[in-house]
Amino acid sequence: MILDGKAPTGRIEESWDKHRFELKLVNPANKRKYKVLVVGTGLAGASAAASLGELGYNVEAFCYQDSPRRAHSIAAQGGINAAKNYPNDGDSIYRLFYDTIKGGDFRAREADVWRLAQVSNNIIDQCVAQGVPFARDYAGYLDTRSFGGAQVSRTFYARGQTGQQLLLGAYTALSRQIKAGSVKLFPRTEMLDLVVVDGEAKGITVRDLVTGEIRTHVGDAVVLATGGYVNVFYLSTNAMGCSVTAIWKAAKKGAYFANPCFTQIHPTCIPQAGDYQSKLTLMSESLRNDGRVWVPKKKEDCNKPPNEIGEDDRDYYLERKYPTFGNLAPRDISSRAAKEACDDGRGVGPGGRGVYLDFAASIKRLGENVIRERYGNLFEMYERITDEDGYKQPMRIYPAPHYSMGGLWVDYNLMSNIPGLFVLGEANFSVHGANRLGASALMQGLADGYFVIPYTIGGYLAAAKPGKVKPDHAECLKSIADVQETEKKLLGVNGKRTVTEFMRELGSLMWNNVGMGRSEASLTEAIQKIPAIREEFWKNVKVSGGGMETNQQLENAGRTADFFEFSELLARDALHRNESCGGHFREEYQYPDGEAKRDDANFCYVAAWELKGAGQEPELHKEPLKFENVHLAVRSYK
Amino acid sequence: MSAQASGHGTMNIKLIVWRQAGPDKPGNFETYEAKGITPHHSFLEMLDVVNEDLIKQGKDPITFDHDCREGICGTCSAVVNGVPHGGQKRTTLCQLHMRKFKDGDSIYLEPWRARAFPIIRDLMVDRGALDRLIQAAGWISCHTGGVPDGNSTPIAKRDADYAMDAAECIGCGACVAACPNGAAMLFGGAKVAQYAALPQGQVEAPERVAAMIQAMAENGFGNCSNHYECQAACPKGIDVKFITRLNREFYKALVLDKVGATPPKKS
Ligand SMILES: Cc1cc2nc3c(=O)[nH]c(=O)nc-3n(C[C@H](O)[C@H](O)[C@H](O)COP(=O)(O)OP(=O)(O)OC[C@H]3O[C@@H](n4cnc5c(N)ncnc54)[C@H](O)[C@@H]3O)c2cc1C
Ligand code: SF4
Ligand code: FES
Repeated sequence: MILDGKAPTGRIEESWDKHRFELKLVNPANKRKYKVLVVGTGLAGASAAASLGELGYNVEAFCYQDSPRRAHSIAAQGGINAAKNYPNDGDSIYRLFYDTIKGGDFRAREADVWRLAQVSNNIIDQCVAQGVPFARDYAGYLDTRSFGGAQVSRTFYARGQTGQQLLLGAYTALSRQIKAGSVKLFPRTEMLDLVVVDGEAKGITVRDLVTGEIRTHVGDAVVLATGGYVNVFYLSTNAMGCSVTAIWKAAKKGAYFANPCFTQIHPTCIPQAGDYQSKLTLMSESLRNDGRVWVPKKKEDCNKPPNEIGEDDRDYYLERKYPTFGNLAPRDISSRAAKEACDDGRGVGPGGRGVYLDFAASIKRLGENVIRERYGNLFEMYERITDEDGYKQPMRIYPAPHYSMGGLWVDYNLMSNIPGLFVLGEANFSVHGANRLGASALMQGLADGYFVIPYTIGGYLAAAKPGKVKPDHAECLKSIADVQETEKKLLGVNGKRTVTEFMRELGSLMWNNVGMGRSEASLTEAIQKIPAIREEFWKNVKVSGGGMETNQQLENAGRTADFFEFSELLARDALHRNESCGGHFREEYQYPDGEAKRDDANFCYVAAWELKGAGQEPELHKEPLKFENVHLAVRSYK
Repeated sequence: MSAQASGHGTMNIKLIVWRQAGPDKPGNFETYEAKGITPHHSFLEMLDVVNEDLIKQGKDPITFDHDCREGICGTCSAVVNGVPHGGQKRTTLCQLHMRKFKDGDSIYLEPWRARAFPIIRDLMVDRGALDRLIQAAGWISCHTGGVPDGNSTPIAKRDADYAMDAAECIGCGACVAACPNGAAMLFGGAKVAQYAALPQGQVEAPERVAAMIQAMAENGFGNCSNHYECQAACPKGIDVKFITRLNREFYKALVLDKVGATPPKKS
């Protein structure tokens, strides 16, 4: 089937304004009759719930953490983009739009990206009004910096904790609505199923993570803002609880999953230290503004202390290969270059899986106090984890899974193919194409939540009768029974291996075969091996404790079971896409100099997968992408 | 990579952990052995090792709160040898590493203990009371949309920096756990001070501080008697000067006759 993204036609500059005007409005007096279920309280979910509550809708908000403020958006360090052009350095909505399309390697929908660039400026205003303490210059104006992949300074930041400050802004807005009674909050509550009635999304089934109670919440629309899925690689920069569960359950109920193979590997993470490791820590890529990336030219030098390796014996490979962008080359390119250097036997640190990020030159030029002021907390974090002092010796970094560009398919209204199911933030596939630029995920989350969904959800609700489905509807009861059945199965296996052991095994298969470099052979192997590990999981996993209690093993087991199903789709999508683009690098498709070889003739589309049930191959639907404002061109950062 | 390969030996640690099956169940300390721990294990990774062992023995693993494991979400929370987060300066429990311990050490592990934080299970507590403080008034009322340009009001860098110093709070609740009175003055003070320092926060400043103080009492938090244990335990280095600021804002509100509640008690 050919999918229609319902992007407005006509001049792109006017597309959002025109569309907003054409959307139906819900009568203010009727709004409170509509219940909207918002799953997720990260930037996307909290901003959506707060804004919808403020408009008068009757909102219920859910998160698995004990507080909405702990969503993984909190961990974003670097900053948020906006086309304000405050520094007068040539930025504009058009340039942000252009950079995002190009950065995404031409695999995103133009109109959606335009809208994002357009509302980016409102986001900054909104956050300032909320009391977000952005960095300021000495005159008291907002400060900006430049970030990976951009030649203008458009990234606003709050020390090294931008995500935290933006999330706390959204969280306070949400708290205000909770006090006002328009939003009801359900923390420590995990969505485990989507309820679809007559083809429309009308509820969710959740487990209370404290008591173990399983129940259904019904509503007139469901908004999923449940974040990304790169924990499918086990070790990633995501929080321990991040999972694909919410969107995967929706996919099993018919929502199309778009571009699952578009995952981002972040170049600047602290390398893995041992097998016991539970997660990887990101070092903000703003560090690349002042740090220089290098490896020894000679393999023999890899075990020498870095300070004993002379200038001439160092290979500043990003500066060498990409003279224009140098150390600021986009993430996918930087990550791959690091892997190449290490594959070449010139990596440093444990297992030879690391490259240096060196601040010596900047410290000499600017002084240690300037570097400390800019990145002090990052240096501290590095030292706490590695016991090494980044001011005295270069840091060691290595790429790690970080972000998922793929997600549930949505149209221009952020509605999935299931009417009434909206998907926001990292959980949808919409604007980043095959690669996301730094500081653009925070922008997208808040754009979706503050400035898009409040309009587009009205277009759906205006035509829907409120309160159509009651909790005793047959579909609700069936959903509860299904969730209980899965739980019973997980608790009943009583095998010999722990959930973590299985997740580690799946993760390392995914990282080795479906990670930074993918080939037909590695992907085919993964697709063969995943079902076998999955089967073993269902025969041999050990989950202690019961269902009607706080049981973290059970939570992990459920998330892991979903990763076992989802991982296969991810590998299939990667295998079907016979091209390299953005974060998807197929070893067969590269130019002689190692650059990604995109195939616009055959793959200029969004791949949206429809699940057909256990044991059945998923069906591929395509949404062709048209580029009318930015011309398809080879993405070059040389 | 083995610990040997990284040039360190492994350690065995004795863990004495508070176990409590549910909010209304009795609790007690149990002793476990954490074996083969390297200096590079984080504290929570050490607990993972113990839990994997317990699961294999068919026992219930230790329930503990955690999520980001990088010191920013504020979820991790346990008292280590009497000190919330374990006592390394500006370090959350998840960022504490086992290189701070040595082979043969005994470690006592307990949940946050405070009237406002009921125990859910083992080391996991209910910190909803902190959210309720923010819900009471910890915001600046602005509608989505319809706000002025971000640069329309310059804010002195020193004020923005001061607000940011306060805003770094991760809402972990260690300050409450450390306080002999179970007060949330550092947490609350940080929020009040952040907004009081910014022009956007002025309009509602008196009402905000009054409502937050009242909410503290309603949610089971104690009063401040200037022990400053909170600052010592805070993993983000939040300064007690923000408590002073809260008090000042409160008296300002009192003078403006914006306060229904009684002033915060001083010892
Ligand atoms: C370490 C790190 C640094 C980053 N730095 C930057 C940066 O500098 N700039 C930038 O632009 N982007 C950055 N990003 C990316 C960005 O932070 C995220 O993409 C973005 O914050 C995601 O927001 P979200 O609202 O979509 O999801 P999240 O913030 O992940 O929120 C997900 C929410 O969904 C809930 N949830 C999930 N599953 C369920 C379920 N089954 N049931 C109930 N609730 C559920 C969770 O409880 C949570 O509330 C960074 C990411 C990481 C990991
Ligand atoms: S003030 Fe410090 S100790 Fe208290 S909640 Fe905030 S970060 Fe935690
Ligand atoms: S787990 Fe997030 S701060 Fe410790």
